[in-house]
Amino acid sequence: MINQDVDVAVIGSGPAGLAAAVSAKQHGTGRVVILDRNSWLGGILPQCIHDGFGVEETGESMTGPEYAEKYIAMAEQQNIEVMNETMVLQFDRKREIIAVNKKGIYKIKAKSIVLAMGCREKTRWSAMIPGDRPSGIFTAGVAQAFINLYNLMPGKNVVILGSGDVGLIMARRLKFEGANVLGVVEILPYASGLPRNVVQCLDDYDIPLFLNHTVTSIEGRNRLEQITIAQVDKNMNPVLGTEKQIKCDTLLLSLGLIPENELSKNADIEIDEITGGPVVDQNLETTLKGVFACGNCLQVYDIVDMLALDAKRAGKNAAKLTTTKKRKTGIQFVPGAGVRYVVPQKVTEGGTTQLTLRAEKPGEVSTLRVIVNDKELFKKKLPWVNPANMIKVDVDIPSEVIKSGQSLEVTIND
Amino acid sequence: MTEEKEITCIVCPIGCKILVKTDGKHIKNLDGNKCKRGIDYAEHEALDPRRMLTTSVFVDGGEWPLVSVKSTKPVPKEKIFNVLKEIRKTKVNAPVKSGQRILNNVANTDINIVATKIVKKL
Ligand SMILES: Cc1cc2nc3c(=O)[nH]c(=O)nc-3n(C[C@H](O)[C@H](O)[C@H](O)COP(=O)(O)OP(=O)(O)OC[C@H]3O[C@@H](n4cnc5c(N)ncnc54)[C@H](O)[C@@H]3O)c2cc1C
Ligand code: SF4
Repeated sequence: MINQDVDVAVIGSGPAGLAAAVSAKQHGTGRVVILDRNSWLGGILPQCIHDGFGVEETGESMTGPEYAEKYIAMAEQQNIEVMNETMVLQFDRKREIIAVNKKGIYKIKAKSIVLAMGCREKTRWSAMIPGDRPSGIFTAGVAQAFINLYNLMPGKNVVILGSGDVGLIMARRLKFEGANVLGVVEILPYASGLPRNVVQCLDDYDIPLFLNHTVTSIEGRNRLEQITIAQVDKNMNPVLGTEKQIKCDTLLLSLGLIPENELSKNADIEIDEITGGPVVDQNLETTLKGVFACGNCLQVYDIVDMLALDAKRAGKNAAKLTTTKKRKTGIQFVPGAGVRYVVPQKVTEGGTTQLTLRAEKPGEVSTLRVIVNDKELFKKKLPWVNPANMIKVDVDIPSEVIKSGQSLEVTIND
Repeated sequence: MTEEKEITCIVCPIGCKILVKTDGKHIKNLDGNKCKRGIDYAEHEALDPRRMLTTSVFVDGGEWPLVSVKSTKPVPKEKIFNVLKEIRKTKVNAPVKSGQRILNNVANTDINIVATKIVKKL
């Protein structure tokens, strides 16, 4: 066992981990180490070769690899230590990390830990698609890595299930590489990706979008040969008689992302069932003292800019060990009507709290409210709402409210 | 001769469907936009649609078989597949620097193709 002592250990080197590490160092902490199982830094970014990264943060639209390189350069400048090809196996409440790489097993004792493990994709089994089990079924992100990193084409005649941004971007990417993209199938009545991607990835290339549809069967002996799609009713059940067969050799699944929190669960960190990420307070500290969370393992962000901003806060708080002393007196944020979730889930101190949240469904002019004990604490008009676009607001919470112990309800009404 | 096009505005997530009538060179009528920002977008989109182009280029002797690239300016929409065809024929030797020019005046568009990633020599 190789023993090490560090001030801040960051698990994951995606944009979240890099931003957190850089910020921790900038806030005066000593030894910062990033651990990542990949041989490269940047997490998912090097395979996201399309542009659109960093617009809100820097005003300039970068590609994924360019955005990553910006943070990698900062990390190098700050002398942040990097352990690549290193898998974190576990950590505990004493903040002892067990990790392994080709040199051996490490025990790393950290004053604070930043979780930045990203997320993984939902698979065929999350959507329970019945049928055969041939080859040719990939998650969209895996197909993206094949094409953009390894120069491998997943197939020729492709159907994509799920209209999230990853699926839409892959539709265009496959078209560029000469594949025949037969359509994108979406169970909801609207595309779940950004309108920009619907226009520029599907409409531009006349790729059909089948809304209110799902895949009901998969057929093929060795390789995928055919899928069946069908319309769904209001309860998302397939409507008999609307089935349609599509001959294809490849099915990409873009069904959504699941925050990667096996390590967190092992350490008994409380997980929010809706976000899939750790329950955190206003400092992004989890229910385990000295352990902070950021990036897609905290909640699935839609754009990297907001993710990096929050990750910097997590890094700063990890550096300053901004642990909350009065943790028992914290109060909860409760998602009310029209709101799917709120992060942070609790607040322990009065002052300005940054809230990120998502609406339940798309809508036009709406009002966001924070209510405590039937009284309105905060109100903001929103010109439009869309679950695909995270909402971010700063809310002033008086100390008396925290002391009252009442929960804060967050609602969106049109 | 008037042409009619339905354009989805992408400036904000409301995504208004804007009906644009043009004579090929000028806008004659515009309908369906909920705000002024949609006008500018729809005009460009109806008369001269362009897109940033990102793809990848083969690399010889590198740590990766490909390097990601982008166009230095948005490419006219109807030229995208011409540009892709030229890019596909290209091969570069490692090492590649981020920002390194890969192709000049690709497919006579007056647009260059540059690398967006570092690829080290193996
Ligand atoms: C296909 C796609 C397209 C996107 N397009 C855009 C866009 O156009 N604009 C935009 O702003 N955003 C976009 N995003 C979003 C943005 O890129 C991601 O949200 C962001 O990269 C997530 O960053 P992260 O650091 O949380 O996670 P990741 O980048 O996934 O990094 C997590 C890292 O943690 C490591 N790790 C996990 N567990 C362990 C362990 N146990 N031990 C060691 N290492 C571990 C992983 O190897 C990985 O390197 C896109 C995302 C995807 C997937
Ligand atoms: S026209 Fe205005 S309101 Fe409509 S989508 Fe465009 S920017 Fe949004």
